[in-house]
Amino acid sequence: MNDMSEGYVTADGRKIGGTLMEMKNITLKFGGVTAIQDISFDIRDGEIRAIIGPNGAGKSSMLNVISGFYIPTEGSVYFKGVKRGPMKPYQVAQLGIARTFQNIALFDGMSVLDNIMTGRLTLMKSGLLSQAMWWGGASKEEDEHREKVEKIIDFLEIQSIRKTPVGRLPYGLKKRVELARALAAEPKILLLDEPMAGMNVEEKEDMCRFILDVNDEFGTTIALIEHDMGVVMDLSDRVVVMDYGKKIGDGTPDEVRNNQDVIDAYLGVSHD
Amino acid sequence: MPDQLLFALEVTLNGLMAGVMYALVALGFVLIYKASGIFNYAQGVLALFAALTLVGIQQGQVPFAHLINAVTGMHVTEFGWKIPAILAILLTAGVMVGLAIIIEKLVLKHLVNQAPIILFMATIGMAYFLEGFGDVMWGADIKTLDVGLPQGINETLESVTDKALGYGFFIDNLDIVATLVAIALVTALTLFSQYSKQGRALRAVADDHQAALSVGISLRFIWILVWSIAGFVALVAGIMWGSKSGVQFSLSLIALKALPVLMLGGFTSIPGAIVGGLIIGVGEKLFEFFAGPLIGGATENWFAYVLALVFLVFRPQGLFGEKIIERV
Ligand SMILES: Nc1ncnc2c1ncn2[C@@H]1O[C@H](COP(=O)(O)OP(=O)(O)OP(=O)(O)O)[C@@H](O)[C@H]1O
Ligand SMILES: [Mg+2]
Repeated sequence: MNDMSEGYVTADGRKIGGTLMEMKNITLKFGGVTAIQDISFDIRDGEIRAIIGPNGAGKSSMLNVISGFYIPTEGSVYFKGVKRGPMKPYQVAQLGIARTFQNIALFDGMSVLDNIMTGRLTLMKSGLLSQAMWWGGASKEEDEHREKVEKIIDFLEIQSIRKTPVGRLPYGLKKRVELARALAAEPKILLLDEPMAGMNVEEKEDMCRFILDVNDEFGTTIALIEHDMGVVMDLSDRVVVMDYGKKIGDGTPDEVRNNQDVIDAYLGVSHD
Repeated sequence: MPDQLLFALEVTLNGLMAGVMYALVALGFVLIYKASGIFNYAQGVLALFAALTLVGIQQGQVPFAHLINAVTGMHVTEFGWKIPAILAILLTAGVMVGLAIIIEKLVLKHLVNQAPIILFMATIGMAYFLEGFGDVMWGADIKTLDVGLPQGINETLESVTDKALGYGFFIDNLDIVATLVAIALVTALTLFSQYSKQGRALRAVADDHQAALSVGISLRFIWILVWSIAGFVALVAGIMWGSKSGVQFSLSLIALKALPVLMLGGFTSIPGAIVGGLIIGVGEKLFEFFAGPLIGGATENWFAYVLALVFLVFRPQGLFGEKIIERV
C-alpha cells in the first residue's frame, strides 16, 4: 500500500509531506472499558498534529498505542506505508519514534546530561564486547554522541543544569529535560503527552517556541496532546478531537473550533 | 605495641578478608535487585552451581553420568581428559550465561508485572530446582576445587611484620587473592556500568522501567544481562569459597551471610554491599575475639544478624540507601 499522497504548504510557508503514519480503525479495550473506539487518522510528514479532548477521552491511550506501550485490541498502525505488527515499545523507539509522558518518566538518579545521553542508546553502535574492552573506537563514538547531546542542551537552554540530578529539578525543567532526551534520539516522529501541563505562562511560552523550532529546524513530525486551547490553535497544523474514546472531529484548528460536536463536548452537553 | 593490640589488628585484617567474600555474594544480590526489583534467593545456589560446574568441566566429568548410567545401563563417569583451569573458568562463565538465558525464557518472561513476592517465590523455586539439578548433573559428593590459587599463610607478610612489629601476622594467601579479585571485579563492573552502552541501559532500567522502554531498551535483554553478570559474580564467589572449603551444599548457605550485609548496606547500593560486607566481616571477628571467651564462643553464628537488626532499627534504608519519605 502506498498512501504518500502529495502534501501541502502551510500559511507560514512550511512544506508538509505525504502520510507518514496512519492509524486505521484502532480500538482499545481494558476489560469492560473501551478507551478507544474505532478511530482512524493520519499524521503527515513534517506536520504538528494535535490530539485534544476532555479528561479520560483516550488521548494518552492513543499515544500509548502509537508508541507500542499498549497493543490495540483491533486495528493497526501503519508507518511509512507499512503495517506494523504488534511491537514492543523498544522496537517502536528503534524505528525513530520518540515520546514523553504525561507524568514525566525520567531517570531521577542520573544527571541531566546522563538522562539525555540515554536518548541516544538506539543510535549507539558499539557492541557489548568492544565496549567492555574499549575496542573499536567505543570512546570516540561516546565523544560524538556527547557532542550531539551538548547541542540539544544548548538548543533547549538548559546548560546551567547539565550536571544536576534530575530528581532535584522543578517540574517545568523536568518536562524540558524529557523533551531533550526524546530529541536526542533524532526521531522521525516526536510524541508529546501534555508537554505544557502544570507550567506557568512563561514556561509555556518557552516550550511552545521549542516545539515550533524543533519542527522547523529539524523537520521533525510532532504529535502532541494538549489541554490549553490557545496553545493548540497556535501550534498545530491539524487537530484530532476525541471524546469518550471516539473521534468527534478532525481538521485544521479553525475547522475544529467551529465543529458543533466539539463545542458540545467541551461545553459538557450530555451524551446520549 | 602490646601483643593484645597486635593480635586484634590481625583479627581485623582477617575480618576484612572474610568481609570481601560476603561483599562478593551480596554484590550478586544487589545487581539483580537494582535492575529488576527481584530479591534473588537463588544467588547462593548460583554460586554452588557455578563451582560444581567448574569442577565438573575441569575434571572432565560426564554431566548427568548417574542418569545416563541408570537409563542406558552403561557405566560412564569421566571423559578421561582434564581441562586447564582458565579454560574451564571461561566455559563455566559461558554456562552461567546460558543459564541466565534459560531462566529469563522459562521463568522471568512469564512473570512480568507480577508482585515482588511472586518473583521472590519464583527464585526460591529456582534455588531448590538448581540445587537438585546440580546434584543430578555433577553428583552429590563433596568435591575439591583447585584452580591453582595460592593457599596457606603468606610467609612474606609474616616475616615482614615479624621484623617490624615483633609479631608475625597470619594472613591466608587465598584471602589476599580473593581481595584482589574482588577489587578487580568491582572496578570492572563500575567501568562497565558507567561507560558502556549496555551499562548505561542497565542503570536506566534500574532507575525507571517505563522511561527505559521509551528510549529503546529491551527489558528482556537487560534481564538476561544482569542474570549473566550475577552468574559471573556467583562463579567468582564460588571459586573463592570452593577453594577455601570445598564444593558442597553448605556453599549455597553463604547466601544467608549476605543477608545481614544487605540489611546493613541497603539492597540497591554497590558501595553499600562492599562496606556492609567489610563491617560484618570485621565486626564478627572482633566480637568473637573480645566477647567470645566471655560468653562461651560461637558468636560468629549469630553476631552478623544481631548487628544488622540493631542497625535496621536505626537506619532501615541501610547505610547508603536513600531515605524514603512517603508522599502525603
Ligand atoms: N492501563 C489502563 N488500564 C485500565 N484502564 C485504563 C488504562 N489506561 C487508560 N485507561 C482508561 O482508559 C480511559 C482513557 O484514559 P486516557 O488516559 O487515555 O485518557 P486521556 O484522554 O489521556 O485523559 P487525561 O486528559 O486525563 O490525561 C480512561 O477511562 C482510563 O481509566
Ligand atoms: Mg492523558
